[in-house]
Amino acid sequence: MATSNREVEELIGRQYRHGFTTLVEADSLPPGLNEDIIGALSAKKQEPAFMLEWRLKAYRHWLTMKEPKWAHVHYPPVDFQSIIYYSAPKSQKDRPKSLDEVDPKLLETYEKLGIPLKERELLAGVAVDAVFDSVSVATTFKDKLAELGIIFCSFSEAVQKYPDLVQKYLGSVVPYTDNFYASLNSAVFSDGSFVYVPKGVRCPMELSTYFRINASKTGQFERTLIVADEGAYVRYLEGCTAPMRDENQLHAAVVELVAMKDAQIKYSTVQNWYPGDEQGRGGIYNFVTKRGACRGDSARISWTQIETGSAITWKYPSVILEGDNSVGEFYSVALTNNYQQADTGTKMIHIGKNTRSTIVSKGIAAGHGQNAYRGLVKVLKGARDARNYTQCDSLLMGDKCGAHTFPYIEVKNPTAKVEHEATTSKISEDQLYYLRQRGLSAEDAVSMVVNGFCKEVFKELPMEFAVEAQKLIGVSLEGAVG
Amino acid sequence: MNGEVDTRGDYLQAIRTLEHELPGRNSWMKDLRAAAAARVEAVGFPTVRDEAWKYTNLAALMRQRFLPIASAPSFANEQLERLLPDGLDTYRLVFVNGRLRADLSSPTLGNGEVASSLAQQLRDHPGALEPHLGRVLPDAIHSFAALNTASFVDGACVRLRAGATLERPIHLIYVGVPEALVQPRTLIIAQAGSRATIVEQYVGADGDRYFTNAVTEVVLEQGASIEHYRLQQESGRGFHIGGLYVRGEAQSSFTSHAIDLGGLLVRNDLQVALNAVGAVCTLNGLYVADGRQHIDNHTCIDHAKPGCTSREFYKGVLDGRARAVFSGRVVVQPDAQRTDAEQVNNNLLLSEDAEIDTKPELEIYADDVKCSHGATVGQLDLDQLFYLRARGVDDAAARDLLTFAFANEILQRLRLAPLRATLERLLTTRLLQGRGIRELELL
Repeated sequence: MATSNREVEELIGRQYRHGFTTLVEADSLPPGLNEDIIGALSAKKQEPAFMLEWRLKAYRHWLTMKEPKWAHVHYPPVDFQSIIYYSAPKSQKDRPKSLDEVDPKLLETYEKLGIPLKERELLAGVAVDAVFDSVSVATTFKDKLAELGIIFCSFSEAVQKYPDLVQKYLGSVVPYTDNFYASLNSAVFSDGSFVYVPKGVRCPMELSTYFRINASKTGQFERTLIVADEGAYVRYLEGCTAPMRDENQLHAAVVELVAMKDAQIKYSTVQNWYPGDEQGRGGIYNFVTKRGACRGDSARISWTQIETGSAITWKYPSVILEGDNSVGEFYSVALTNNYQQADTGTKMIHIGKNTRSTIVSKGIAAGHGQNAYRGLVKVLKGARDARNYTQCDSLLMGDKCGAHTFPYIEVKNPTAKVEHEATTSKISEDQLYYLRQRGLSAEDAVSMVVNGFCKEVFKELPMEFAVEAQKLIGVSLEGAVG
Repeated sequence: MNGEVDTRGDYLQAIRTLEHELPGRNSWMKDLRAAAAARVEAVGFPTVRDEAWKYTNLAALMRQRFLPIASAPSFANEQLERLLPDGLDTYRLVFVNGRLRADLSSPTLGNGEVASSLAQQLRDHPGALEPHLGRVLPDAIHSFAALNTASFVDGACVRLRAGATLERPIHLIYVGVPEALVQPRTLIIAQAGSRATIVEQYVGADGDRYFTNAVTEVVLEQGASIEHYRLQQESGRGFHIGGLYVRGEAQSSFTSHAIDLGGLLVRNDLQVALNAVGAVCTLNGLYVADGRQHIDNHTCIDHAKPGCTSREFYKGVLDGRARAVFSGRVVVQPDAQRTDAEQVNNNLLLSEDAEIDTKPELEIYADDVKCSHGATVGQLDLDQLFYLRARGVDDAAARDLLTFAFANEILQRLRLAPLRATLERLLTTRLLQGRGIRELELL
């Protein structure tokens, strides 16, 4: 005990001594994680000194931490030393030449979702010309945003161009000490998005990573930072309904949102990474830390998520309600089919007076899927007249799946009003029968009932996203009801 | 190491000094005790780092190092009379320092039904107890329950023959004694189709410091029905860790009324396994705390087999610097189709410094189920206050009246009328304007 403690302390205390020259030359770094690797990664990205320091602090802290085991998910241990933490983007010649070389199953799904042809190529990772449509579209968008003073770029670019902003806000919501995966991400994150909306500016369009306005390819350790200054408004969409081609098994992303006085951030996610096959082999581990802080009075942060992919989902988009009258919202649909596991929910931390939060969580479990809602509503002593309403509903399809609810409610103020409701039930035979009788196929009937169940969440999504999400639920549930 | 008090050794040492007094000389009893002691040794006592003890810090209890004492101090009949609910006609067993006091107890039952000392039953009918004693407790139990198994000296044993119906309730009174670790053990075996009402009452003289570490096991065979009351009225400086572990077979019905009024630091574990088709359980609970009281209720209902029903309704009223914890877990096992489970937990915070941590949990592995839970935390309804004020009731009395009404919803579920009346009276005296409420003649 004592010896290993000392060893760890020595490791933590050890300063970085080596140069990175040899490693920088290589196209990709060797697998494994140590201070050399982090140094090389930082050097390759030509980061300023403060970034390297921050990464190393995070790494040293990470060494002292243990992998969390409390979530209601089971998976073989991850070998962090076998992961390649940096590799140059795939060159054109390694990619499929055309859609003909792409897995037909993937194409079939695109067809069902109604994805435009050009986008299919992009999503499937087909080598495309530099003059691809969306790139030029992106440029036009970027000009428009720049006019308003909105910064929307890749994280790497932000570190180069706006180091002051990055330094000011990076880790201010999710510190590098936060949790095992957040610390790992802080040490090795490859890229991500950065958004800054200046005072009083209302962002005229929905910012999205799907359309790749920030063209650079983001890897398995993404980091997103969105800052809405006083009175600003921004809506951000992440992910897409189409299954993404991805070789990395572990994804540990971090998203930080900062909303100042009267600012509003709406963050929507559609996550549909590879869930593994019908027997539960393969699939992505999605261990994500997402948190927003309502720093000023009357700030609002809203999370909406549609989680249908990944073998394991472990994420709790949270809101820290610091400012008086600030508002936090969480709308979620999580679907697990086959052998998928999800442990997801939110935390609402009420600090300011008259703060309000709403949680609506819809879990759908089918096949052998295990679906857990885990949430915390915490009302601190000073949060007078705080108000929370939570509703968690679970729908079960098949007798091998599971739906679980673990809400934590901690209240230290007598004027707070907190309500939590949860129900779990089987998909209604009567409703299915009614629809079948009117000529709908079994699958369409299920899809319709499930979409009705999720309606409250879908209405929070932008219209075209909501339409896709509905189709996605149908596709994801294929084969769940025979 | 980490600065925590490790009292494992002290307790295990103390157990050894009790050796000559421990009941049951059979090998199975010795094995049971040895296994339990080994568990205490291996696991140690829980800390806030254990998920199930996250909100309940036992440091204050651990620092006290309460140990068992052999000789019980005097406890007179008059002291007892004050504690008894008025007009409740029962078969009574009184335990002081965890040992039966025959002189304070009423004569035992006739007709072959048994309500007597557990130690005596272990001596006279070990075969009847062996399949149940220590077997209703789950294996992975916390060290306090294991400590009780390893070192209880006496307690109550209730055995009901098949089809028997008891007209009068059985009343078990456990009295804590100053500076001692008291470990009563209760075993209730209800054979097929039997019915009974059992009241467990935990008391102590006000101002006394002691630690009650109680375990009760209840077995309901097919079609048996037990209505169980647990009145926790420990001294305001007393520590209480109590476990109630229940196994219900087919068509059995178990009703629990758990009322917590006393104690400085209280932790109750209530676990019900619905083990066969058609078993039913209803758990009602009320915790009323003020001052620096800490009351933690952890309940778990395991729907192990199809077609079982559970209802759970817990309410809490917190004043002063009191803190309460509620954790209600409902598990539906893979086979347990047609499960019907409902759970509600409502809390009322009356002061700036009170705190509630509530955690209703559903863990469901079957699909044909109807499960719901709800939890609320709030203060008195301003509209209702206004209504009363508009009718000339002063503010304090109006608040107390509404508080009483909130808590009384649980008391209304108690079937034993004399007990209910006594508790209503106790509750109103706890409220500042209790007398005022009675004068309003609304009661």
